[in-house]
Amino acid sequence: MTGRPAAVRHDITLRVNGAPHTISVEPRRLLSDALRHDCGLTGTHVGCEHGVCGACTVLVDGSPARSCLMLAVASEDVEITTVEGLAGADDSLSPVQQAFSDCHGLQCGFCTPGFLTTITAGLRDNPDPTREEAQEMIAGNLCRCTGYQNIVAAVLRAAELRDGRP
Amino acid sequence: MTTRLFGQRVPRVEDQRFLRGRGRYVDDVLVGPGTLHAAVLRSPHAHARILDIDVSEVLDLDGVHAVWTYDDLDGVMADPLPLLIPHPALTHGRTQFALARDEVNHVGEAIAFVVAEDRYVAEDAVDRIRVGYELLPPVVGIEAARAATHLVHDDVPGNVGARMEQHNGDAPAAIAAAPHTLSLDLTIERSSCQPMEGRGVVSRWDPDTSRLTVWTSTQTSTGVRGCVAARLGLDLAQVDVITPDVGGGFGVKINHPWPEELLVPMAARALGRPVKFTEDRREHFISSAHERGQVHHVEVGFDDDGRVLGLDVTFWHDHGAYTPYGLIVPIITATQLLGPYKPGAYRVRFESLFTNTVMVTPYRGAGRPQGCFVMERTIDAIAAELGLDRAAVRATNFIQPDEFPYDHGLVFQDGRELEYDSGDYPASLDKLKALIGWDDFPALKAQAAAEGRRIGIGLACYVEGTGVGPYEGAHVHVETSGKVKVAIGLTTQGQGHATVFAQIVADELGVPLEDVEVVSGDTRKMPYAVGTFASRAAVMSGSAVQLAARAVREKALRIAAEALEADVADLEIVDGLVQVRGTDAALALGTVAVLSNPLRYAFDEASKAATQFAVGDPGRPPVAEDDEPGLEARDFYSPQRATFASGMHAVIVETDPDTAEIRIVRYAVVHDCGRIINPMIVEGQIHGGVAQGVGGALYERMAYDDSGQLLNASFMDFLMPYVTEVPDTIEIDHLETPSPLNRLGIKGAGEAGVIPVSAAIAAAIEDAEGLVITAMPISPSELHALRQSKETP
Amino acid sequence: MKPAPFAYHRPGTVAEAVRLLAADPDAKVLAGGQSLVPLLSMRLATPSALVDLGGIPGLDAVRVDADGVRVGALARHARVLADDDAAACQPLLRLALGHVAHPTIRNRGTTVGSVVHADPAAEMPVVLRLLGGSVDVEGPAGRRTIGAADLFVGPLETSLHHDEVATSAFFPALPSGGGVAFEEIARRHGDYAMAGVAVVVRREGEQVVDVRAGFVSISDTPVVVDLTDAVARGADPGDAALASLEPTADVHATADYRAHLVRVLTRRVVGAALDDAASRSLTR
Repeated sequence: MTGRPAAVRHDITLRVNGAPHTISVEPRRLLSDALRHDCGLTGTHVGCEHGVCGACTVLVDGSPARSCLMLAVASEDVEITTVEGLAGADDSLSPVQQAFSDCHGLQCGFCTPGFLTTITAGLRDNPDPTREEAQEMIAGNLCRCTGYQNIVAAVLRAAELRDGRP
Repeated sequence: MTTRLFGQRVPRVEDQRFLRGRGRYVDDVLVGPGTLHAAVLRSPHAHARILDIDVSEVLDLDGVHAVWTYDDLDGVMADPLPLLIPHPALTHGRTQFALARDEVNHVGEAIAFVVAEDRYVAEDAVDRIRVGYELLPPVVGIEAARAATHLVHDDVPGNVGARMEQHNGDAPAAIAAAPHTLSLDLTIERSSCQPMEGRGVVSRWDPDTSRLTVWTSTQTSTGVRGCVAARLGLDLAQVDVITPDVGGGFGVKINHPWPEELLVPMAARALGRPVKFTEDRREHFISSAHERGQVHHVEVGFDDDGRVLGLDVTFWHDHGAYTPYGLIVPIITATQLLGPYKPGAYRVRFESLFTNTVMVTPYRGAGRPQGCFVMERTIDAIAAELGLDRAAVRATNFIQPDEFPYDHGLVFQDGRELEYDSGDYPASLDKLKALIGWDDFPALKAQAAAEGRRIGIGLACYVEGTGVGPYEGAHVHVETSGKVKVAIGLTTQGQGHATVFAQIVADELGVPLEDVEVVSGDTRKMPYAVGTFASRAAVMSGSAVQLAARAVREKALRIAAEALEADVADLEIVDGLVQVRGTDAALALGTVAVLSNPLRYAFDEASKAATQFAVGDPGRPPVAEDDEPGLEARDFYSPQRATFASGMHAVIVETDPDTAEIRIVRYAVVHDCGRIINPMIVEGQIHGGVAQGVGGALYERMAYDDSGQLLNASFMDFLMPYVTEVPDTIEIDHLETPSPLNRLGIKGAGEAGVIPVSAAIAAAIEDAEGLVITAMPISPSELHALRQSKETP
Repeated sequence: MKPAPFAYHRPGTVAEAVRLLAADPDAKVLAGGQSLVPLLSMRLATPSALVDLGGIPGLDAVRVDADGVRVGALARHARVLADDDAAACQPLLRLALGHVAHPTIRNRGTTVGSVVHADPAAEMPVVLRLLGGSVDVEGPAGRRTIGAADLFVGPLETSLHHDEVATSAFFPALPSGGGVAFEEIARRHGDYAMAGVAVVVRREGEQVVDVRAGFVSISDTPVVVDLTDAVARGADPGDAALASLEPTADVHATADYRAHLVRVLTRRVVGAALDDAASRSLTR
């Protein structure tokens, strides 16, 4: 590292929750850090920074992706959705968010944004999951508080809410 | 009357922020370019003398602001960190320095502290620091510590930090006289809390007011505040500690001050810029704390019915390199091992040993999972020896419902007598047996065996001392808007305090839940507090909140009675209105708040009612001698001793005859935490505890090699359960035996779920396999090895 | 855990990528980044520059014909996994891809990236090796094709030159009479396997003429064992496989347990592959 030339900063524009954020970053800046510290969108959380825990999961062109495994500089040509972009325009909770509240699907709330983004995409692809499919949907996200019981319930409840079922 | 909220499944009020991404965790505070970021150089060696540290290349780096090593620390900052809980038996307690002085004693120990423009540059700077080490032989594991061929600390003979003994009766004599005896050796490995959010500290020094603000992800704001003030040479009044949202604690964040909790404020003050430290996951593995590692030897004597006549337990506790948290964990094992049972005589001895590994402080359960494992394995062994039903042997040994309060004749972790307040263990066992289908299991097992499948059942019982002192407080304030602001001193990390304490206040004051806002862990609002540990928040803060709210209610009724010219006895508060029963006469609680504060100056329309020409008896002082302005109250709860929650778990496992994979088929819990404030939240705590327990039983361990390197310091290799590793369903039944020690009748619930899991799963695997299980966690690889050694002894 | 500094290039053509790599011996290729970025963050990899293939058009294609499946360098695992034509052509692809990490990782990780990352615990290098596939690479000297047998040199090491870019991987089609199966055992769902076995077999009529097994997490490089003779003479395929393997220990499994898993899984997976071949012959 000694003797390395100082890295050039890149001026980039990230499109997050439909809004452009023009920021200046080193190439090494992780997307998770750019979202949190440069765009000020601190709802995305960093739990392990090696792609295992899923807390930093955002939607990239609608598909769940670990923002700690992406470089900000390489993320200019995608649409990013973070937890801040899930609620309705009137700030009403989305079906997935509402289901988490109904089912006590969160405790400390730190892993929650990664679950919410993952499930939002999961239910779009599979609107009526079985219990097993609901488990599979969240199988790549770690939660240390809930034991997952109520998160699985929330996935199934969210499917009902999306469907307009009571 | 409004519906009572106590006992209801009230949805959590804090969720509204969290679900929208508006939580404020410590790394979310002071985001932006004004804040500097810290990184720590940590020892790559388990045991070494530091010969020299060369930081000359660091400050050349663009964006680096400062670097500190031990030699740069002034005054008390250069002293060892505090030994938080001294104990007479801890004859050789040792704590680390904020930055290592001349020796490092575990991989990960802090050596140098760098502050830079961002964390990336700070890490670049850390890479440029050159340290000369003289390697010393590392002591890793209990066996090496006991052998004491090498010493962790030169001045601690035998690596023994503490030796302690407690007894009730003459256990060796009782065992010698018993018709049956057994000896067992039982081991639990190291694990750790691993909250999803690691540690973190942010600090800002305000030169205009000479005040320091510290945000830290802690389980004790007041504890950190005291340490920061003392070490930085500030008056307590100059230091505010705020605990924002905390992404899980599970015990590790009760230890304090972490080096960074002192270094960050020190740097912020020195540099005149806000400074932030956010621990990364690798750092959390090697520089926070672990727990659980203990080796136990049991001698037990019993009669033909399996009644324990004498129990003699010796164990060795691996406390790692330092002992900031004293002997709390082994003392809890030593005392809580007894669970719901009453052995004829009991003796327990332990040695607490130094090793060159990460230090040990409480992790959810805090010594109880080990104690429960030891006791429950012993009971299972007795049942096996006598050919008796395992549940029946437990019932034989239970303390009976008419024996409470039950004094074990021992001293508990809080220095008070180990005296159980209440419980009904036979009723719990009946519920559990019904829930899991205990009596039907043999038929199920036979049927599975006929299909070539191996299933087994196990159960385990525990008692958990919860709600230990010394005290907690609460402040309740009704604003003139009628909104109620509640401050508690302890911190919150996911337990739903903002909801459950609001439930209590809403009930007491007769206000809607949404009008109550609870703030926790902010020393500006409640400077007297202890912390969130030992399943104590509901008991301690819940009781304090109720006391404070009741005082506010009494004052509100007194003021309203005067204003409404009614008798206090005729008043009730419903939906925020103080009204005279059976009439239309009523006063909003906000108006009562206005009247409670005699004013000279009106600040809005409503407050005119409290000004000097509008209110008051000219013949009396506006504020009576024994009164205070404002509709608010502060009160504290300090119990004589702990409450004792209890429970029992049963599990059915299936083991793969070929691959030795272990699958949980069913999991059942009976839980008694006294009166329940919010069943939804209690069940959530149980779910999470069981999942953590499953991790501890089947997946999680700290894999140190002989040189003291932690081989699995990542979420890739430290195997916390995903949804796919926890039971599909956790079946729960509640029993409520109220505690007589507090008005609400509650006991704690936070840690319960984790305690008996390893014991129950070990029993179930033993039942499925016909192998004796003496060590947990157990992996398929280890089960395979056990099968091999059984086939070829 | 933040990466050390590096420069970033986003070329628009493979030729430009090759030029950038040739100019800087410490530069590395970035595709999906799911393996590389954690190594960067832990500073286990400290390249001077990253050459991001993400801006090169046309590299994300999955092409299927009678000969097999050609997967472009930027085709994500999820894309390959979802491709029904690819699954029909070479069913082992879908079977194995379902075991690659978790779906979120598969959304970004690329199949070719996984192959050339050459992690002995990864599924796709073994699949390529077992099927006798190849990788097309482009370098300063032009294009060449590296057969799987020549590709894997050591753990995380391939025979690609520093200035070569893998542009695609080719997985041959399942021949007529063929069958496949895959199974692995991991500590947790989605983890790297403690042991994994992929098997391809081929029948001619009632005769089994080819049985080969590839092993995940068992050796430093993807290894394939020919079990045709063993199966023909009725020997236990697990024991036969183990005769040419030397599983090692790590924090999750002893060498003995790994060997046991190889035995159990090989037995199971060979059986499943033979069944698969039989059922495919029936449906043809």
